[in-house]
Amino acid sequence: MNTTATQEPDTRAADAVAEISIEQKETEGLSQGQIVRRRFFRHRGALIAMIVLALIIIMAFTSVGVDLWGLRIPGWWTYRWDEIAPKVNNGVPTLSLFPPQFGEHPFGQDEVGRDIFAVVMRGAQQSLMVMAIAGVVATVIGVVIGAIAGYYGKVTDSVLMRFTDIVITIPLIVIGAVLGKTFGSLGAAVLGVVIGVFAWTTMARLVRGEFLTLREREFVDAARVSGARDRRIIFRHILPNAVGVIVVNATLLMAGAILLESALSYLGFGVQPPDTSLGKIVSDNQAAFSTRPWLFWWPGIFIIAIALCVNFIGDGLRDAFDPRQKKMPSERAMRRAGRATGPVVPILDTTDPDGPHTVTVPMEAVYTGDVVNYHDERPEEPGDAQHEPLDPER
Amino acid sequence: MASFIIRRLIASIFVLFAATFLMYVLTTLAGDPLEELRQSSAPNKAELMEARTKLLNLDVPPPLRYFLWLGGIFRGDFGVSVQGQPVNILLGNAIASTLTLVTTATVVAIVLGLTVGIISALRQYSGFDYGVTLLAFLFFSLPIFWVAVLLKQYGAIRLNDWLANPTIAIPVIVVISLLSGVLWMSLLGGKVRRRLIVFGLATVASVAVLFYLSATEWFADPSIGIVVFSVSALGIAFGITAISTGLRNRRALYASLVVALIGIGLYFPMINYILNGMTLWFFLLLVVLTIVVSGLIGFFMGGADRGPVVRTTAIVGFLVAGLIAMDKYMSYWEVYANSSRVRGRPIATVGASTPGLGGNFWIQGIDLYTHLLLPTIAIVLISFAAYTRYSRASLLEVMNQDYIRTARAKGLTQRTVVVRHAFRNALIPITTIIAFDVGAIIGGAVVTETVFGWTGMGRLFVDGINHVDPNPVMAFFVVTGTLAVLFNLIADLVYAALDPRIKVGS
Repeated sequence: MNTTATQEPDTRAADAVAEISIEQKETEGLSQGQIVRRRFFRHRGALIAMIVLALIIIMAFTSVGVDLWGLRIPGWWTYRWDEIAPKVNNGVPTLSLFPPQFGEHPFGQDEVGRDIFAVVMRGAQQSLMVMAIAGVVATVIGVVIGAIAGYYGKVTDSVLMRFTDIVITIPLIVIGAVLGKTFGSLGAAVLGVVIGVFAWTTMARLVRGEFLTLREREFVDAARVSGARDRRIIFRHILPNAVGVIVVNATLLMAGAILLESALSYLGFGVQPPDTSLGKIVSDNQAAFSTRPWLFWWPGIFIIAIALCVNFIGDGLRDAFDPRQKKMPSERAMRRAGRATGPVVPILDTTDPDGPHTVTVPMEAVYTGDVVNYHDERPEEPGDAQHEPLDPER
Repeated sequence: MASFIIRRLIASIFVLFAATFLMYVLTTLAGDPLEELRQSSAPNKAELMEARTKLLNLDVPPPLRYFLWLGGIFRGDFGVSVQGQPVNILLGNAIASTLTLVTTATVVAIVLGLTVGIISALRQYSGFDYGVTLLAFLFFSLPIFWVAVLLKQYGAIRLNDWLANPTIAIPVIVVISLLSGVLWMSLLGGKVRRRLIVFGLATVASVAVLFYLSATEWFADPSIGIVVFSVSALGIAFGITAISTGLRNRRALYASLVVALIGIGLYFPMINYILNGMTLWFFLLLVVLTIVVSGLIGFFMGGADRGPVVRTTAIVGFLVAGLIAMDKYMSYWEVYANSSRVRGRPIATVGASTPGLGGNFWIQGIDLYTHLLLPTIAIVLISFAAYTRYSRASLLEVMNQDYIRTARAKGLTQRTVVVRHAFRNALIPITTIIAFDVGAIIGGAVVTETVFGWTGMGRLFVDGINHVDPNPVMAFFVVTGTLAVLFNLIADLVYAALDPRIKVGS
């Protein structure tokens, strides 16, 4: 915090101006989607997390193949996850970095000889499926309930929010255990739906809060005056403005869902025996920790890797959608920007130079030029204002 | 205010009724309590089924059975389990052990999480901040059962092996010392020169301490001793004063030092006479007495501005007394570790207490702590990460406000700005989140209890579901649901009390 305090006042002013010009440069003539995408890809952790997660998904689904409701597509890995293979090297993992080699059973084998790589891949498939399905179901329910409660208000709002209060009183792991015992045997997809049906409460509250503020805004009035029906206003006009909150919360929800699924499977209330999931592998093999630790390490590492990646992506999205959370560009970048723009014109009041290194730029201030096309879904016309470069003097 | 509380209370009760109804119906739908009897080959199968149907009112359809059950709840009767045991007795034993676990874990997580989050916010974008952020993300993503199994392996089995011969190898000393040097350096911050000095001092000090602990095999028979105790007591007096009122406040400093000196003076009488033959009630009485007496010292030495001084001396008194109690506990450690029940493996992995262990108050206390240690760590790791993130975000948000700039512009010290102006306001959103979390923590304790074999509420719940036994499951839910609703209510009230902008009752 004290790093900038030692600088001369005039450099401070120059920095501040430079920082504003960066701010304008990165937003001029871009749609919100483009800005978010740019900011997201600049978040290195989130980018790496996304690549890793994509690799895990591809690996999980292609290696042992897909086996869904009778549909069987074989994968490229030699062993199936339920196949008992002859033991190699007494089941010790053959994966090694020096010299780099995979060997016959990279993650080792369990006491009967199942290939742990195949088992973990199958478990990861199930866990990922639960995560995705629970995420989608919970997001849809939460958004619809939150949107209706926030938009209509009054009786609708209080009825829906009391309902949310009721559901929120029941801890997810409790309801998951009660229902998972019954529905877990029907497969991972059903378990995902069950989790999703009860995990939407936070999403509904957040979306409602967002709708409460957004519905008072002028563009909603404008839409209403021009004769749009409620459904159109909710889904076309307000919802796209709440997309940041929704997307960020959906990722956090998914990270929670995978941990919940593994905990349920660990307790025996999740995915049931003929099938497997990451939590179940840990639970089945924890007694063998001292003799065969790899049976315990690999599934755990995959749970952590998936949850960590999803959390990082969520963090990146939050930074991308919320300009207040943005980190200030480095001093070198600002100096470069200052040089590039030549003699800088003082434009606006600067942010607190002594404060923490964040820049507070309300969404609207950045967008003042583009109100015409701000979140309008209609195709662009050639004469639209958004093709004009942003005029800093305006 | 009163009408607001009453209205909220009534709404909460209705929410609770609806939630229990929902839960009851779902629980009955989830399985048939007669299933295991149906599959059995007992000759008197039909009579057994008949008896159980009668016992659990299974002939009444679920929505109506709920009201039968609810009637029982109003009479304070949670019904019977499938085996015919009254749930009240099962619940009574379970609540105590779960609440011990959850309360300890929550308090530790809150204290640690707030502290780390605040330091991390004050040193934003420093190495410490990035490290904490990364760790918080990692802890968020940890499955609690996995951590628990790891803790059992490394925290208990390996640690016990090590405690049998507690010497620290030289490379380990070097690595730990370097780490502690880096930690202190990033905590204190400053210019390169200052950082290097801090790093050097911290490293050398850690090497010295660790070497001493290893050479004297301190962990086999730990003790604090009068010298270290005196230095720590004075250090506590200075440290707490510096944070709470600032060292410029001479009255507060002198009052704290007086409290610390009284503590040092009482060390030998306490250890040798007063603390022997302790009971729980006498212990609690001493705790209260300590806080009152040290508060009174602050009151009489505080002068015009009493409030902060009383607060400071009370905290100092509490901590110094805690150190004495800790030394007393330590003096019994060797006896405990070598007792016939524990057999040199003090860190426990299963259950809430060593069966058949006698001993006095202190031995029982050590036994509780060694059993609490691992499950608490498991729960703390995960909720601590969340609290760190929340308190960091909340403090950063406040530090960006105009009134903080005004406070700085008035020339207030960094301490005053952070503690008086920023921290208090940052606490407002954190309280709400913590209150919301309590229900979730009890839910999380289900997994932890299963791994560590605690016979708490989590076990009651898991067993209930496994045996398709609706009444224990509902008893568990009534307790957690009530707690969750209660804490939500408390959160609302605290929120209104902390934030004058929120008008309650309008």
